[in-house]
Amino acid sequence: MKEYTITIFSENDIGLLNEVTIVFSRRKINIESLTVSESEVKGVSRYTIVAFVADNRIENVVRQLEKIIGVFKALYFEADQIVHQEVALFKIANSTKLNGNLENLVRTRNAKILSVNPDFLVIEKVGYKADNQELFNELEQYGVLQFARSGRVAVSCQKREFTSYLKELTN
Amino acid sequence: METATKTENIEQMKYTTEKNISGAEIMIRSLIQEGVDYMFGYIGGAIMPVYDALYDYQDELKHFMSRHEQGAMHSAQAYARISKKVGVCFTTSGPGATNVITGLADAYLDSTPLVVITGQIGSGLLGTDAFQETNIVGVSMPVTKWNYQITKADEIAEIVAKAFYIARSGRPGPVLIDITKDAQILKADYDYKKCEGIRSYQSMPKLNKAEIEAAAALINGAKKPLLLAGQGVLLSGAESELMEFVEKTQVPVACTLLGLSAFPTDHPLYVGMLGMHGNYAPNMNTNDCDVLISVGMRFDDRVTGDTSKYARQAKIIHIDIDRSEHNKNIIVDVPVLADAKDALKALNKVVFGKYRTVWMKSFKDYYQIEFDKVIKKQTYAKSDQINMAEVIRILSEQTKGEAVLCTDVGQHQMTSARYYGFKRPNTQITSGGLGTMGFGLPAAIGAQVGDRNATVVSVSGDGGFQMTLQELAVIKQYHLPVKAVLLNNSFLGMVRQWQDLFFDKRFSNTQLENPDFVKIVEGYGIQAKRVSSRDDLEVAIHEMLDSAEAYFLEVVVETESNVLPMIAPGAAVSDMRLE
Repeated sequence: MKEYTITIFSENDIGLLNEVTIVFSRRKINIESLTVSESEVKGVSRYTIVAFVADNRIENVVRQLEKIIGVFKALYFEADQIVHQEVALFKIANSTKLNGNLENLVRTRNAKILSVNPDFLVIEKVGYKADNQELFNELEQYGVLQFARSGRVAVSCQKREFTSYLKELTN
Repeated sequence: METATKTENIEQMKYTTEKNISGAEIMIRSLIQEGVDYMFGYIGGAIMPVYDALYDYQDELKHFMSRHEQGAMHSAQAYARISKKVGVCFTTSGPGATNVITGLADAYLDSTPLVVITGQIGSGLLGTDAFQETNIVGVSMPVTKWNYQITKADEIAEIVAKAFYIARSGRPGPVLIDITKDAQILKADYDYKKCEGIRSYQSMPKLNKAEIEAAAALINGAKKPLLLAGQGVLLSGAESELMEFVEKTQVPVACTLLGLSAFPTDHPLYVGMLGMHGNYAPNMNTNDCDVLISVGMRFDDRVTGDTSKYARQAKIIHIDIDRSEHNKNIIVDVPVLADAKDALKALNKVVFGKYRTVWMKSFKDYYQIEFDKVIKKQTYAKSDQINMAEVIRILSEQTKGEAVLCTDVGQHQMTSARYYGFKRPNTQITSGGLGTMGFGLPAAIGAQVGDRNATVVSVSGDGGFQMTLQELAVIKQYHLPVKAVLLNNSFLGMVRQWQDLFFDKRFSNTQLENPDFVKIVEGYGIQAKRVSSRDDLEVAIHEMLDSAEAYFLEVVVETESNVLPMIAPGAAVSDMRLE
């Protein structure tokens, strides 16, 4: 089993997400993270899925994803073939405990304070999953009310871009 | 001539545009535009407006009312396979819709083009657990090539066009359209345009020259080649291209279960059926050939046995239209992404070969072993009771291999596949991938509708027959001259065989206390006969085939006979057992 990042480009149609996840669930593959939003092409959705898949099965999974009507292209990558990040938001209770310590931590961790309220403040950090996890561990002493992470978003290092695949498909 | 065309055009126009008509009528007209002439289904609350519209189009669109939606589905499947058109089925919502799931799953695994239209409760009630509401789009998703829920009348024409395009193009498959009741009732302007393509779906891959060259190089250098023909040959209509290929290369041909009838069984280069209950020679020689050329087949586990011991010595060429089939079950050397017909056409320009005497002799030798140990004993049995194989041999002889055989699932299915001498393409209709008991009889209905002149024979076992026997009423109501053969061994024979071989003869729940089948069939108003003596068999089959009407023949066969040879589950193809 290896961690793969799978990128899918699809139409923005109702039910397609369901079709995509069925390919994983029928093979009993758990999805570690999933993000879907509009890609560089208007109306085309980009999925970024992280999953642990056996080396000799990843190609089969991706071909089956590509077989779905509505999916333009599915690609898979190992960690060194992509540049990736996730966004993490932390909601911390606003109290005297924080003093100046928090600001220092936020600065050294390359995070930022997004919002300050009388009751709570929200910290944002963009980074690898492990970095965000580490910050969470450090923030726990102040009491983390909520911790939300976006899941991985990634762009690939490969030369061929989606628009080129799309051109081939529509020709 | 010109006038005729003009009239036709006006006639066409009548159906392609009109202002402000009901969704139900748009649906019916769209189907007519797609060339639908026969369809199957079962009426119910949520599809009533569509059936009401159908009432005005009975001359153009003939509907066969089944007695269970599963029956309608198998009829539509067989109709599609025999007519090479898209099978169409209507059902209502809720249970009507869930009853199509088995047929969808069957059609999906066996690549059968279907458009199934299910009624749905009004769009305002969606998601409220209304009466007969089922989320059929969600339920059918894993067993359809595509599905869609229509909630507006003005979507209908476009979605129907898209559904037919998807169902019949590329690797065919079933499509489900769920249509809410309000979309059937409300009015919209009708303007029909055929679907010419979908940007996220590449239905017909472009032939890759390098792949063809690599395949040809392997074929032309082969000393011990073997070709495996699957249903892809039939689906792409590549029978004559396959024949040309075989005559040019002198490569022996084996068929998968669904590939049967793609190549004539009496051809000197035909070496038999593959797989678990296939013939000895092609299975043994799969593990001895040097080049394996697979055309439109998917290396199903029933064909390959243990994949780690499958054709390891051979270079494998895999021609398939579905890219996800390449390297799925078997890692191949030369994947060819193409329609079987296109690939064979291209190959036929560059391939050659001579008759390989020694290699062909090995097939003949294996056949002789199989004949002596199995075939002779079963097709000319000396046991007290009739053997299934005798029935199929006689059926094959009397129909000269030219009937359409619709089989159910189990021992009789394997026996039919083994001993019926198919001569014409698309003459075997069976449930391959899903193995759906109850498939045979409703399939025969669809096959007969698809080819009124053919002799259509369904062959069932006593287990499967009882799963869909209500469809006898359809045979009677529409005067279909279907011949139904029941091979009754009072057991779920194939399961009993596995219990015999792999479960220490513990016959758990396989012995059946059966009803009087003749009486039941007579109750449906169909002529019926039972035969249990070998002496009466030939005459009984002749009488059945001679009848101009529907006819049911129950043959009481050996209770505990096994279908041999057999590749035990998980064994290698070359470990096929003869006894």
